[in-house]
Amino acid sequence: MDEIQMDLLEKVAGLHELPTGAYNIRANGEKAGRNVTDNIDIVSKEDKPGIDIIIKPGTKNENVHIPVVVSESGLQDMVYNDFLIGEGADVTIIAGCGIHNGGDEESRHDGIHTFYVGKGAKVKYVEKHYGEGDGSGARVMNPTTIVKMEEDSHMEMETTQIKGVDSTDRITEAVLKEGATLVINEKLMTHGKQYAKTSFQVDLDGDGSSTNVVSRSVAKDDSSQLFLAKINGNARCSGHSECDAIIMGNARISAIPEITANNLDASLIHEAAIGKIAGDQIIKLMTLGLTEEEAEAQIISGFLK
Amino acid sequence: MLELRNLSFGVKDDNDKKEIIKNINFTFDDSKFFVITGPNGGGKSTLARLIAGIEKPTAGQIFFDGIDITDKSITERANLGISFAFQQPVRFKGIKVRDLIRLAARDEITIAKACDYLSEVGLCARDYINRDVDASLSGGELKRIEIATVIARGTKLSVFDEPEAGIDLWSFSNLIRIFERMHKEQHNSVIIISHQERILNVADEIIVIREGKIEAHGKKDEILPELLKDTDSCRFYTEEQ
Repeated sequence: MDEIQMDLLEKVAGLHELPTGAYNIRANGEKAGRNVTDNIDIVSKEDKPGIDIIIKPGTKNENVHIPVVVSESGLQDMVYNDFLIGEGADVTIIAGCGIHNGGDEESRHDGIHTFYVGKGAKVKYVEKHYGEGDGSGARVMNPTTIVKMEEDSHMEMETTQIKGVDSTDRITEAVLKEGATLVINEKLMTHGKQYAKTSFQVDLDGDGSSTNVVSRSVAKDDSSQLFLAKINGNARCSGHSECDAIIMGNARISAIPEITANNLDASLIHEAAIGKIAGDQIIKLMTLGLTEEEAEAQIISGFLK
Repeated sequence: MLELRNLSFGVKDDNDKKEIIKNINFTFDDSKFFVITGPNGGGKSTLARLIAGIEKPTAGQIFFDGIDITDKSITERANLGISFAFQQPVRFKGIKVRDLIRLAARDEITIAKACDYLSEVGLCARDYINRDVDASLSGGELKRIEIATVIARGTKLSVFDEPEAGIDLWSFSNLIRIFERMHKEQHNSVIIISHQERILNVADEIIVIREGKIEAHGKKDEILPELLKDTDSCRFYTEEQ
């Protein structure tokens, strides 16, 4: 891997060197490194690009890193990754994608991640998306995440796209069985002329299942965002979705939450708020000696932290 | 030293022009404790906001240590040594109590030092230092954190806009002690907008503002007895209830 790729790797996965434990690094559409452990196997798919990550039942406290870096302008990369998480496992999966586009052609990484979370398993999924490069070519990422949760499983997703991705269409779909819990925290910032669409659909099929979908976003300059969150309560369940957005400059944001109760014991809530930074917040920080620009930066970084 | 020279402030309301501050001339001497009091709507809070730079006067000038700060921004005034505590503190999503105190101290202060400031305002630091300055805090808690940010700045002049509002009785004595200590230890000037007799009692000088003008000004011993005399009838009336 070259310097640009190593730098991207640090930005999206916080890695300065090869991680310990299981990992698979994909650079410019090719395998650039892989390690498996006794409990976690990673196998390349034969019929299409992508990998199967197989985590043995009962695996505890292990991490899997699966970063993707794209530094070749014009590369169109598409992967199908399946995660098979065994019963009772407790693991952290760190994914991320960084694109450096120094050319004039569109660079693109699309991924379909499918999670099969076994009975009683616990997964933390961390995903960071980042783009850079001074070429005029667009940096595009369209991640699809499909989550199938067995009884009493628990999944926490933390997804972040803070900078440099010109266009993104994020789709997250989940189906939850009895007692399963899904928590999603999404952080999103768009600037320039960027566009981001993010849509969630969570089907709460099992009694005692629950979900909390929280999105915090900032749209600057001429960028635009669309947030869609759909929760279907099909059993005795509870669901909550929240979109909290700050709008700046000429940016536009739409939030369309939808909740459907198909069961008398479904309890669903949605909240959505869009607005500019409160003037009082800036004034307060200015009375502490910050300039208006510093105050604004402080408020945004806190909001997206 | 803070000097207000022919200071006026007005707002336009439809076609009506309303004067809120009317040609005030006053000099706040160094290292003194001033309390500004007077009826609601008299212009007290506006005056405090004019000093902090949040509002700009329609006429007149403000001098701070001999420098004309009339056209200086809030930030410039803050950096010259003016602090301001809001009557209704601002809430932030994602900014922690310790972040706010660090910003106020303008220094990478230790957690222990940040905790000291919270303890000074009667908050158990360990319980608060990592909390967000958001809707999860009560009005009284926020108010005390607001005061802690001003203490952390330790500037030459501190202006408090009704610090007692929203503070429960139990914390009130603590609040008085904070002001007494600030006055004694820091040798800095303090201006407090207040209605509270116990805060008025800590003042070196009291200024009464009514209808945008200074109605009375003098040493505490001269002004306070007069003010309390005025309220006697009300107190009697309340007791009769």
